[in-house]
Amino acid sequence: MAAAEHARDPGQYYFPHGSRLPFYGSVSLFVLMAGAAATLNGAGAGAWVLGLGFVMLCVLFFLWFGTVIHENQAGLYNEQVDRSFRMGMMWFIFSEVMFFAAFFAALFYARQLSVPWLGGEGEKAVTGLLWPDFDAGWPTNGPGALSPRDDGSYEIIPAFGLPAVNTALLLTSGLTITIAHHAMKMGHRGMLKIFLALTFLLGFTFLGVQAREYGHAYHELGLQLGTGIYGSTFFMLTGFHGLHVTVGAIMLVVIWLRCLKGHFTPRQHFAFEAVAWYWHFVDVVWLGLFIFVYWL
Amino acid sequence: MSTAYGSGTAGHVAHHGERPRGLGRWLTTTNHKDIGTMYLVFSLTMFFVGGTLALLIRAELFQPGLQLFNPGFFNQLTTVHALVMVFGAVMPATVGLANWMIPLQIGAADMALPRMNLFSFWLLFFAFVLLISSLFMPGGAPAAGWTLYPPLVLQSGSAFPMAVFSIHLMGASSIMGAINVIVTIINMRAPGMTLLKMPLFTWSWLITAYLLIAVMPVFAGGVTMLLTDYFFKTSFFNAAGGGDPVLFQHVFWFFGHPEVYIMILPAFGIVSEIIPTFSRKPIFGYEAMVYAIASIAFLSFIVWAHHMFTVGMPLAGQLFFTLSTMLIAVPTGVKIFNWTATMWRGSLSFEPPMLFALSFLFLFTIGGFSGLMLAIAPADFQYHDTYFVVAHFHYVLVPGAVFAIMGGVYYWLPKWTGHRYDMELAKWHFWLTTIFVNVLFFPQHFLGLAGMPRRIPDYATQFADWNMVSSIGAFGFGLSQLLFVWLIVKCARGGAPATAGVWDWPHGLEWTVPSPAPYHTFEKAPELK
Repeated sequence: MAAAEHARDPGQYYFPHGSRLPFYGSVSLFVLMAGAAATLNGAGAGAWVLGLGFVMLCVLFFLWFGTVIHENQAGLYNEQVDRSFRMGMMWFIFSEVMFFAAFFAALFYARQLSVPWLGGEGEKAVTGLLWPDFDAGWPTNGPGALSPRDDGSYEIIPAFGLPAVNTALLLTSGLTITIAHHAMKMGHRGMLKIFLALTFLLGFTFLGVQAREYGHAYHELGLQLGTGIYGSTFFMLTGFHGLHVTVGAIMLVVIWLRCLKGHFTPRQHFAFEAVAWYWHFVDVVWLGLFIFVYWL
Repeated sequence: MSTAYGSGTAGHVAHHGERPRGLGRWLTTTNHKDIGTMYLVFSLTMFFVGGTLALLIRAELFQPGLQLFNPGFFNQLTTVHALVMVFGAVMPATVGLANWMIPLQIGAADMALPRMNLFSFWLLFFAFVLLISSLFMPGGAPAAGWTLYPPLVLQSGSAFPMAVFSIHLMGASSIMGAINVIVTIINMRAPGMTLLKMPLFTWSWLITAYLLIAVMPVFAGGVTMLLTDYFFKTSFFNAAGGGDPVLFQHVFWFFGHPEVYIMILPAFGIVSEIIPTFSRKPIFGYEAMVYAIASIAFLSFIVWAHHMFTVGMPLAGQLFFTLSTMLIAVPTGVKIFNWTATMWRGSLSFEPPMLFALSFLFLFTIGGFSGLMLAIAPADFQYHDTYFVVAHFHYVLVPGAVFAIMGGVYYWLPKWTGHRYDMELAKWHFWLTTIFVNVLFFPQHFLGLAGMPRRIPDYATQFADWNMVSSIGAFGFGLSQLLFVWLIVKCARGGAPATAGVWDWPHGLEWTVPSPAPYHTFEKAPELK
């Protein structure tokens, strides 16, 4: 059996020989993206294609991660393979940091440059003449007062309400996953399972609170994606963050199920660590959001 | 536990050394050489697709007046030509070379993450299926230039979301490819292959990969903002809501400037491999070459607004971006100097790879110097959006990046195929390409300085002569590339057998394996002297 041969030779780096998954994955993403484009263009069948692509993508994740877990459990991966995975995850998270950086840059650009310019600051006096009544403060929905309400008004969500609760939830989840990690290292499996479960429960609670807040903003506050630059930056930043929390929480559930099945040892549990890194990453992004989007 | 999974795993893993035949091989291979070949073939195909679009552009510009296309379609041509050439031809060519050569150069058996490697390739393929099919949508392909500036790009038709999503796919593909390169170079080197013993091509790709990871996500963010402005009423680039179209230009060029270095740094690496071989001397100032690439990469992050001088910016900004841009000439000058110094008192011979490298040296330098002219903010006010800019970036990209890639292909082709190629034919290809590339692009300097705007299908009659010359050069250049394809096909099918070393003075691990390189190489790490 090829697997066993490799398992006996820890010096050998494991290279998979041939896989259908990458091609299948590319087709899935193509279907997903073509479906999304068709949906946005208003094509009738677009949503079905989009849905099909999404299902295909979910199956891909299931198969791909399944394969990796099986190979790992079969003992195919040595320390060098482990290092490859670590570096891969690290640089993947770095690319995510840069993705969020683009949206933070948009926020800072609007607050520090484009909005003051629209108010006529600096050498942009002409724009001040265009909209003499525009109050170039922050938050703003722009000189056009873009808002779903007829009078162009909107309200924002104060930082020290639900957002502060959410901050507490995520910071606590950062603590619980660290406790879970220590439990893993000490071999306390019971503690590990409890605190890992607590972590994703906190994550899902966070998402629930966020969904409630979105509903409130959309229906009662007049705060929507279309509410000028404030609404744009608010929903895109918190929305992409929420998406990442969702993915992270699903990853936590997967890791938890693997713990229940008896995977991982006190010394070898990279998948757990990778998810923990990711979780801390979404935590740090949230702190940035709380400070710059909600608070200041 | 392990027995339960073990049987399932063994079923999926093809036996070592066995490879599926036919189409299935290319759909499932995780071998770095197969994937490298696919990237290179894809790139050559896209080079001809993008080239055909370029020839349509030059056909329209052959004479003043609107001859062949309406202006809207002309704009689609320039846009898709650029996107295809940047993301479909040049980048995949360097990725293909990286796939083939990095494991061979550092003594690794394969790339570190082989399945992800294949995923990167097929994602790129489907990204282009999406992009090219957008040409046939109602309203045509995006027509706002590859820079996709709003508000113009927001007037695109059904093609718009397809272009955005295809950029997302390309970005995912590039990021995964870059992660693979970094992990391979950091984690898979043969014992004794310290960082400062690595061949310069590998070094150039290590640094390029960091650039890719840092800027592709920013571009993805930028086009996502375009998408939500178009479909979901956000106001990132809409002044009425407090946004600013100029924001997109900042985001785009924060990506876009490192992007052009992503195309040229691997080219530097290739030239740094070729010149020592045919000078029969080690590269002059190896460490300085490494530090020069790293400096260029760092500087690429702090020069982006030199693309935006005419948008209007504070004097301090103009000074900063002018000076930081000119600073790039220092490490680039170090590289040009060291390539020249490598040849000094060398025992030179002029095989096709060396010819392309030498041509690169002269012609890339022309493009570099016109870049210095464009870096000067007050002068740029005159040059901006003229054919001078077109001439500049085509000089750094065609006789720059593309010549280096062709040189690289001529350099490593015997290693890939195991055959020597037709030297006479290759020299014909070289001379025709070099002559026509200058006929094609040099007159565009004159046109630009005389005030001819870029991205315009019609022009004033005083520009007629040089446009005709340029178009003749374009068709000559395009037809010459058929020789390249013919030569590659001939070499792949047969020819005199190549030795392991191929050249007179081979240096580096890739020349220690037989030609053609066996399907699996360095399964046992080589010993380094």
